[in-house]
Amino acid sequence: METKTSILDVEAIRKEFPILSREVNGHPLVYLDNGASSQKPKQVIDTISHYYEFENSNIHRGIHTLSQEATTAYEEARLTVQKFINAEHSHEVIFTEGTTESINLIASSFGKKHLSAGDEILISAMEHHSNIVPWQMICEEKGAILKVVPINDKGEFLMNEFENLLSEKTKLVAVNHVSNTLGTINPVTEIIELAHKKGALVLIDGAQAVPHTKVDVQALNADFYAFSAHKMFGPTGVGILYGKEDLLNDLPPYQGGGDMIKTVTFEKTTYNELPHKFEAGTPNIVGGIGIAAAINYINKIGIDKIEAYEQELLAYATEQIKQIEGIRIIGEADKKASVLSFVVEGTHPTDIGTIIDKLGIAIRTGHHCTEPLMDRFNIPGTARASFAFYNTFEEIDIFINALKRAVKMLL
Amino acid sequence: MTIKEIQEEIIDEFALFDEWMDKYEHIIELGKDLPLIEEENKTEDNLIKGCQSRVWLHAEMNEGNIIFSADSDAIITKGIIALMIRVFSNHTPKEIAASDLFFIDQIGLKEHLSPTRSNGLVAMVKQIKMYSIAFQAKA
Repeated sequence: METKTSILDVEAIRKEFPILSREVNGHPLVYLDNGASSQKPKQVIDTISHYYEFENSNIHRGIHTLSQEATTAYEEARLTVQKFINAEHSHEVIFTEGTTESINLIASSFGKKHLSAGDEILISAMEHHSNIVPWQMICEEKGAILKVVPINDKGEFLMNEFENLLSEKTKLVAVNHVSNTLGTINPVTEIIELAHKKGALVLIDGAQAVPHTKVDVQALNADFYAFSAHKMFGPTGVGILYGKEDLLNDLPPYQGGGDMIKTVTFEKTTYNELPHKFEAGTPNIVGGIGIAAAINYINKIGIDKIEAYEQELLAYATEQIKQIEGIRIIGEADKKASVLSFVVEGTHPTDIGTIIDKLGIAIRTGHHCTEPLMDRFNIPGTARASFAFYNTFEEIDIFINALKRAVKMLL
Repeated sequence: MTIKEIQEEIIDEFALFDEWMDKYEHIIELGKDLPLIEEENKTEDNLIKGCQSRVWLHAEMNEGNIIFSADSDAIITKGIIALMIRVFSNHTPKEIAASDLFFIDQIGLKEHLSPTRSNGLVAMVKQIKMYSIAFQAKA
């Protein structure tokens, strides 16, 4: 057994996540599916309850006190997000339903205005379906071409191939910051720099990065950056699209409705300013407030400490899992976030997941919404353990023992 | 034996297992044992794609009865399939169409037939019923 880390007081942190003390199938829950969705601390849950108990009303419209309080809370949440990702302006922070909607918004609005036949969009071979399909759809509509930057066997983005694929035809590059399946941390700063040199814009899918590492959109010089609240200890159904002010101003609205308009007549509607232009209809108000509560929580713990501790967990788990005979780790990039994808020779990932669930352990199995990536590695899917800062070394031991038991049963 | 009787027999067999481990070990054995389907029938047409695992199901008529054969790339799924085949195969289309599937629930494997499981088993049951209706119509 490794000695307990001193970076974080994990025992105290775990007490703040009520769900972590429950049992599953008669065993204490070991939750290692954080890549799919993270758990929520009491601070976030309380903020959500408090909103519905004391502040609930519609925003941006009412002159009554409740509406003004709700509006203030929602707009303060935007400022919290702005600070967290270091955006230059708060109106560069658009509330969406999540990463998927953020990407669809850009694919649709950018595509409508700037894509025409023969133009090219570049993505990588390790994208989530939500960073593939929206681009396929708009490319099909506009006669544009979707090109894919390959990866090596370790699961790393091939920079030289990227440079070869980049051309004057490239209008936009869409890649993830961290791969949900492999854990690979992509060299997004360099990707953005190279793309900009060719005049292409860059959208970064940051869903798997924001919970694990400091993201500074200005330092990255990202044109668009998308992420979800539920993967960073906030509520489901809300996410962020960051975009540079001039670029967002240039794009047409995504959806029409209330709040996104300045004036409406049957002949002509003029659109509202940023950020409201992209936020049609009553938004997920409590979601926005919830995301701010999650950010405050992350800030309280410290994202640098979170990253350092999770790297320790990853290193320990990677070392321990190698004891299993026939193990093949999928994703062995030099730089990885706390994601451990694997297959065990002679077993199917879903069988492993089924058996260790009986022992109280939650992992993800399947293709992780990255079917083309599974094809690249010629496997039907993987089993994936993904760690958060509330996980412990003891839990990794429990997981490894359960895995040994499962493999023994299956072989 | 009728479809109902076979299911009752399986329920009795599974009553011997106190622990989930023993139950799953048995299912895994069933999955390992059975050569369930001819390679030539593992076609794209016979493939039921689940998000988690793949299931192949083939049906043909033999002297008035439907003979099912099936396979899966996941062993627990395959073991459960072996039980399904034992229940449904070699019965008339009419019997299959009129039958109730109750043993999965009774032997404590209900979760495997949950639509959220996406292991292809729910689709397989639907497909078995579809075949019975189709063969009935042909007869």
